[in-house]
Amino acid sequence: MTGIREMGADAREQQVLDRIETARSRPIRFRDAQITMAHGAGGKATRSLIEGLLAPAFASETLSQLADAGMVTIDGLGLALTTDSFVVTPLRFPGGSIGELAVNGTVNDLAVAGARPVALTLSLVLEEGLSSDVLRQEVEAIARAAREAGVEIVAGDTKVVERGHADGMYICTTGLGRLDPRARLSPTGLRPGDRVIVSGPIGEHGVAIMLARGEFELDAPVESDTCSLWPAVEALLEAAGPGLRCLRDATRGGVASVLNELARASGVALLVREAAVPVHPAVTGACEILGIDPMYVANEGKLVAFVAADNAAAALDALRAVPGCEAAAEIGEVRTEPPGMVLVETSFGGKRVMDLLVGDPLPRIC
Amino acid sequence: MKFVDEYRDAELGRALSAQILATVESGRHYKVMEVCGGHTHTIYKYGVDDLLPANVELVHGPGCPVCVIPMGRVDDAISVARRPEVIFTCFGDMMRVPGSSGTLLEAKAEGADVRMVYSPLDALRIARQNPDRDIVFFAIGFETTAPSTALTLKRAKAEGIRNFFCLCNHVTIVPPLRALLESPDLRLDGFIGPGHVSTVVGARPFEFIPKDYGKPVVIAGFEPLDVLQSVHMVLRQLVEDRCEVENQYTRVVPYDGNPRALEVLAEVFELRPHFEWRGLGFISQSGLRLSPAYSELDAELRYPVPGIRVADPKACQCGEVLKGVIKPWECKVFGTACTPERPIGTCMVSSEGACAAYYNYGRFAREREVV
Repeated sequence: MTGIREMGADAREQQVLDRIETARSRPIRFRDAQITMAHGAGGKATRSLIEGLLAPAFASETLSQLADAGMVTIDGLGLALTTDSFVVTPLRFPGGSIGELAVNGTVNDLAVAGARPVALTLSLVLEEGLSSDVLRQEVEAIARAAREAGVEIVAGDTKVVERGHADGMYICTTGLGRLDPRARLSPTGLRPGDRVIVSGPIGEHGVAIMLARGEFELDAPVESDTCSLWPAVEALLEAAGPGLRCLRDATRGGVASVLNELARASGVALLVREAAVPVHPAVTGACEILGIDPMYVANEGKLVAFVAADNAAAALDALRAVPGCEAAAEIGEVRTEPPGMVLVETSFGGKRVMDLLVGDPLPRIC
Repeated sequence: MKFVDEYRDAELGRALSAQILATVESGRHYKVMEVCGGHTHTIYKYGVDDLLPANVELVHGPGCPVCVIPMGRVDDAISVARRPEVIFTCFGDMMRVPGSSGTLLEAKAEGADVRMVYSPLDALRIARQNPDRDIVFFAIGFETTAPSTALTLKRAKAEGIRNFFCLCNHVTIVPPLRALLESPDLRLDGFIGPGHVSTVVGARPFEFIPKDYGKPVVIAGFEPLDVLQSVHMVLRQLVEDRCEVENQYTRVVPYDGNPRALEVLAEVFELRPHFEWRGLGFISQSGLRLSPAYSELDAELRYPVPGIRVADPKACQCGEVLKGVIKPWECKVFGTACTPERPIGTCMVSSEGACAAYYNYGRFAREREVV
């Protein structure tokens, strides 16, 4: 009575699904006539821009790995280099501001590459008419965040553009880090049985920004989670060593985008248990009302770690001892089938696919 | 979260699943259509399918407001949105629906002032803040969303706001259901009725389905347990040879609907002689337009719109999908030429669309029990 699947229709459906997977695994092309907001949202359109236009043009082996930071080895010394721009509105929001983001965002790209952040450069694009008090506040925020993250700002640049050409200010930071000798991280390193860990409740930054914009007339006590992830990374490196397969900070596109990226890169399936994913009740509530899934909402101080099964318990314990990561949780595991896909075991007991984000539900949040 | 988690309880789900398994007759195949896109979304998002035996098949119906908008209406919207004096407002999903030459999102990138809103009242607020611009709200949806558009128009009129206009695409649920039931290639055993439409119109308007067409209807809520329980109620009617309208969603649906909302609808809107539906063609008395008392707020009267009917793309089989004749994956272009990022048909745009829901959530082999 059980286990026999209807042939015919099911077999045909499988054929269609296989054909779709073949189509999806082809190199992605950039075919759009113009840039839309979707190209900045971290989903499929962003992927087409990066993998279809930028990476092929620069033909760098390091760049083509599309990691959070590029690895450079000079006379045997492993370095990580990364850069990021910050265009958030509003400039200040509950839990942080653009200045803090500009430091932590770049620091975290280094950290999840397994590199201890050492130095930053800072470029400021300022809009004519920006209040000096606002600027002073942000400069202080940058200095404070850099101090807390243990990085030095060693070079910089300023530009001023006419009123209307920037939302107050844009910030670009470039970061240099020193590769930790314990790190053996690779996006292709996931193995069936590995565990997936998140470092705390997800979705807080994106929701805090959306609410701070005041477009939804919603009010909830949600603060951005912006912070340096290096302490968390160091704890994981110490606890799991080579059992730590890969790390990602779940920024634009959220945890879902990270999982999809790595499932593809490693050619494995990821199974996520929805009930195990930590989400603050206020974030759940706001997402429920806005009709979005917290798995796709940006974080600025949360990482996803992929850890060998044998090291998972130790990694989780070590992570939970780091201030800010007390609610770290194992949310799923690596499987073999279907390769390249992320499946969710819903809290209701069903299963579904969790794909890359399409479109742009949350413009400009980092 | 209170008042939500209770309706997503996995243990209750398993218990209902066992009851469904005990109800169905082996060897018999059941095809039940959920009319509303909200149900389609719930079914895929929570994997409700996984809790049903393989001989119970859910067919996704035409009740996704975005999916039924024909290409010609999108072209009309874009032509209004391109006017320099206009701030064009619409729901997010609508921005990605392709017309004959592009989407509202593309028009925005080319300079049109198109803004996403969550409610028509947001559009009215934009009108108050921008007295020197024309604010046009692209109204879509069934009787569920029509009352909020109607109330917004009433408020605009009462406040004497002169720069707020509505491009009305509201539709009604009964005519397409009747068209569907008349279609000769339809094979359905029963219906999961639209819960939120019914909060407005009530359950009574669906009595013609059992009476004239002999199919059971259960008005259902939108949480996974609601859907599962409603499937069970339809199946029990079928097994017990009953055929009636039942209301599973009693916590919000009164049998006679919401008379106050119906009154407002009757005041602000009137029926169009006919309206085009994506994939279903023209259906008479199925669309709403602004009543003469509100004509000064009607964007269709204020601006010249092309109003040209554009045939659905040949390869697109949205119509058959909306009628439940084929499953999304049986469409020739599903998942290859037509994907959520480059949709050809509207069913691939909204997360309530049958094709997008299946593509985004359901695209993997399921193991299900065969009875």
